[in-house]
Amino acid sequence: MDQFAVKVFVRLRPSVLDPAGEATKSASIKLGAKGIKSLRIGKMIEVKIEGNGENEVREKIDLLCDRLFANTVIEDYEYSLEKL
Amino acid sequence: MDNFTVGVVVFPGSNCDRDVSWALEGCLDIRTKYLWHESSDLSDVDAIVLPGGFSYGDYLRCGAIARFSPLINALDEFVKSGKRVLGICNGFQILTESGFLPGALVANKNLNFICDDVELDIVSSKGGWFNNVDEKQTIKLPIAHGEGRYHCDSDTLKKLVDNELIALRYKNNPNGSSFDIAGITNEKGNVLGLMPHPERACDETIGGTDGLFTLKSLILK
Repeated sequence: MDQFAVKVFVRLRPSVLDPAGEATKSASIKLGAKGIKSLRIGKMIEVKIEGNGENEVREKIDLLCDRLFANTVIEDYEYSLEKL
Repeated sequence: MDNFTVGVVVFPGSNCDRDVSWALEGCLDIRTKYLWHESSDLSDVDAIVLPGGFSYGDYLRCGAIARFSPLINALDEFVKSGKRVLGICNGFQILTESGFLPGALVANKNLNFICDDVELDIVSSKGGWFNNVDEKQTIKLPIAHGEGRYHCDSDTLKKLVDNELIALRYKNNPNGSSFDIAGITNEKGNVLGLMPHPERACDETIGGTDGLFTLKSLILK
């Protein structure tokens, strides 16, 4: 069994308004940060998982992302995977 | 109708379950039974209400964890049999997360938790959820949500409009919902999800009775 560290990034789809991102953008500008064109908030999920090789682990993570971590009606996801 | 029983689902974090039960029993004399989310036996209930609240603390996304409860797994067959399911607020979120209804509910446009009475237009009579003796086309119900902005893609919206699946629209959109949508049904009409709370509008002494006929319609065949 190989063990992998996976980082999943879940983001609101570009077509979905992100009011929390807008509010944070507004606060960033008030802080004095210049040049911010866009700010959107997502989630990062860290998973440690074991399986027989990368392909098997990718299958498990794909299922988790598609069915649980993200709601694909409003969110996109991507992940990176590192063998431990 | 004597034995007709409405199952009121209780998740960890539900907080409108008792209100729904009070409205059904106390105002409409309809028998209710609480159903714990770990139960998958729906054999002795004739209709189901998924009440409002914060199931599983709204972790990950509202309704996302509830979707995997044994009760929601058993709901598929219940819905297919044509029995009626009403999802209120968090219940609506659970119905979209679990795919019984299309679209999703996301954070209100202005980020506020909105607690208010809203005016709603009855758009579709599908399923008979809003039929009332006074033939009212506009009703007033309370809302109380932070994540009630209905969102769907343009293809889904077209399908909702073409198939008359939009049940309720806000007169003055409070949360930024697409097309002012406050509630939708499935194609068959036996599943309704809505953000407003009909169970909080069942007695004149607490502000109105426009929620009565929606709860009463649970007993329709």
